[in-house]
Amino acid sequence: MATRLEDPRVVEFDVRTDEMLVNMGPQHPSTHGVLRLVLRTDGEVVSEVQPHIGYLHRCAEKIGENLTPRQWIPYTDRMDYLAGMNMNLGWSLTVEKLLRYELPEKARHLRVIICELGRIASHLVGMGAYGLDLGTFSPFLYAFREREKILDLFEEACGARLTYSYICPGGATADLPKGWLQKCEKFLDEFAPVIDEYHALLTTNAIFIKRTAGIGILPAEMAIDYGCSGPVLRGSGVDFDLRRDGEPRYTSMYDGYAFEVVVQKDGHYPRDHKYPPVPKEAVLGDCWHRFYVRMLEVVQSMDLVRQGIEFYSRSKGDWGTPIKLNQKLPKGEAYLETEAPRGQMGFYIVSDGSSIPWRVRARSSSFCNLSVVSELCRGCLIADVPAIVGSLDIVMGEIDR
Amino acid sequence: MLPGVQVGQPVAHRLAYLWRAPAWGRPLLVERSSWDRCRRGLSIEGNDVVEFFEATLNWPSWLAWTAVALIQCFLLINLVAGGALFFIWLERKVAGRIQDRLGPTRVGGKFGWLQTLADGIKLLAKEDIVPKEADPFLFRMAPYVSFTASFCGWLALPFADNWVGQRLNVAVFFIVAIVGLEVFGVILAGYASGSKWSLFGAMREAAQVVSYEVPLGLCIVVPVMIAGSMDLVTIGNKQAGYFTNWFIFHDPAAFVVFWVYFTCAVASVNRAPFDLAEAESELVAGFHTEYSGLRWSFFFMAEYGSMLLVSALAAILFFGGWHGPFPIISQGLVPALAAMTGASVDSPVLVYLANLAGCANLIFKAVIGVTVMMWVRWTLPRLRIDQVLTTCLKYCVPLAALCFLAEVWFQLYPHTNPMPLNRLQWGAPRASIEVREGWLPLSPVSPDDVQEAQLTHSQEHRG
Repeated sequence: MATRLEDPRVVEFDVRTDEMLVNMGPQHPSTHGVLRLVLRTDGEVVSEVQPHIGYLHRCAEKIGENLTPRQWIPYTDRMDYLAGMNMNLGWSLTVEKLLRYELPEKARHLRVIICELGRIASHLVGMGAYGLDLGTFSPFLYAFREREKILDLFEEACGARLTYSYICPGGATADLPKGWLQKCEKFLDEFAPVIDEYHALLTTNAIFIKRTAGIGILPAEMAIDYGCSGPVLRGSGVDFDLRRDGEPRYTSMYDGYAFEVVVQKDGHYPRDHKYPPVPKEAVLGDCWHRFYVRMLEVVQSMDLVRQGIEFYSRSKGDWGTPIKLNQKLPKGEAYLETEAPRGQMGFYIVSDGSSIPWRVRARSSSFCNLSVVSELCRGCLIADVPAIVGSLDIVMGEIDR
Repeated sequence: MLPGVQVGQPVAHRLAYLWRAPAWGRPLLVERSSWDRCRRGLSIEGNDVVEFFEATLNWPSWLAWTAVALIQCFLLINLVAGGALFFIWLERKVAGRIQDRLGPTRVGGKFGWLQTLADGIKLLAKEDIVPKEADPFLFRMAPYVSFTASFCGWLALPFADNWVGQRLNVAVFFIVAIVGLEVFGVILAGYASGSKWSLFGAMREAAQVVSYEVPLGLCIVVPVMIAGSMDLVTIGNKQAGYFTNWFIFHDPAAFVVFWVYFTCAVASVNRAPFDLAEAESELVAGFHTEYSGLRWSFFFMAEYGSMLLVSALAAILFFGGWHGPFPIISQGLVPALAAMTGASVDSPVLVYLANLAGCANLIFKAVIGVTVMMWVRWTLPRLRIDQVLTTCLKYCVPLAALCFLAEVWFQLYPHTNPMPLNRLQWGAPRASIEVREGWLPLSPVSPDDVQEAQLTHSQEHRG
């Protein structure tokens, strides 16, 4: 395991002082919500990090066992509140799997468009907040400026800007309004050149590279051992994306779509043109690579949205029929995982035949991604802790549920 | 013991001696009427006012001097506090524009002019909290230490030719030393807060300031060498004329060293990307985590005061101080006005007007410096503490030292200076002053002044 302690470049460890226990959080500005990290520090050097969770626990799963699946959708919004659409999708697909429901073609493309837009919005927050963690404020607002445009689109589609409850078992609550697709295309056209700004301000910035390259290196085996997923896993060079490798009920959503899984490999850049090259200080699996995967995934999602718009406008049928509020569920169980912006989001439902599930469970990607933090932070400096936690891009609402 | 101060002298004489701050090694003859000697050290404006108090109002000398000192302090503290108000507003506007926002728009009319004042009133009304763990006395004192240090630097900073609180022959040295003292307030705050985050901030600040003082000092030596004086008024006056006479264009070493100076100045006043002591994403708010209300705002005032101070210092050392890029005022406007009104060129009113324009010039340059600092702050990520120290020790110190050596070379062999602008010598030529024992005659420098200085000097030796 390559922690910074064993890094031959690090020379400052021979001076030892008294150890100090420091509480980072739950009110700390850069712990992304209410995460509490207990740091054991030796001067500026962190020898141990212990994450404490549970400050945002709202018993969402237990509530799910007292509501019908349709009623529980708003609770999924509040899990990963930065990607509510993707949470809706995961739950809807799981319920549809239990109901053996076949989705109309148009609803499938609608979901792809909406979820990929959600992925862009979520990665924009992840990217902007990461800049904030490293002490630069402006990229955060540049990211939010673009995110607002996506939220405007969502608002027009479903009336909400953060907790959408738009995608539901059976399709979506409404069709996309008239002229929405044109607005969406306009947004994509406006957004494409802005990405270069982000690269200029963050990805290729010398200080940014200094702060992130070679920091918090997560080897591929460790990432797999801890069950990491999403950009964290792909940033370590593991070629795994549920949109391609998931179960057919989910991957069939992307049938006909051309996309390439963004994965960081040594000397291999998925899009070798026009995107900034990997700096030579960067090591596979470090903070820089995790950040870069998100940046490239934004571009990939833009491609998918464009394709989705084309498919959607060509496809026939409707946006699906939402299931009834008190829809009887068949006896049995279903588990399905989707590729949310932060990784593998799984929902599990067990039904005893009534309309209310007997058991509901969510598998959160951020939880697993956070669990590596104590491995990554061992031997780093205090300033690296926000850099590492930020690069994992966790959302506490999803961890604590 | 200072050289020349005799044992058994009255304390007042020794204080007077310090007040005057003479150069080391100067033959010392502390006269009975030391207040008269003090005048030489003070600015001309001070002299006039003192004379007014003494002659017209018949005040005793010590009272007149004290009154003048108080007036100057009052003016300067208003400048620092008003400057902080302005710069906080400016920072919010600049940050807003950089971030595609408007910044404050409501309070005080169209541009939110009074936003900072409103914030200040809010801070005044806030509860003053001293944490239970804190050392109450040190905790209360820390912001004032910080602010006092930042403010004291202003005492020796000239705003125009001889518009200075206290003209010192070692003004550069004094300002650097005083600005370095600001760190004590920060360390005190961090230590006394009883908070671990504050302690981290304080330790970072200590490490950072200690390392950045070294290159900062080395950088400042370069313009001092060019001018041959540590007196800021002299340094400023030596850059009179066209902008080609500015020290930044004097030679390549000076040009390079300005950028090193600016980097180190940003670091020494704790601005991004070197704002580690208050790194909000790492240390919550660093050394001022536990502060609230007015005490907290004192740290802010100190920060903005120091920012303006190091920028003004940069303007004087490298960018001609109160001299504009073209000598419009001293060679165009003032002679024209003199011709129109029939007054002499050095009539008090014209000198005052010229100085006013010079003051505006200097403030404008300093504001540009501060704005660049804001621009940097809202653009760059923050460095890590080890990277900050590496930047200092690996890049700034060697570069500054090299520039220092190069400057020595250019002083010894001026004909090797490759800077073409320097050879042109447009406009008013640099005043040539005989530098003797660090004690310089008051400017404006004329041959008469030099002669008078020599005369005084010989009289002292006889005396």
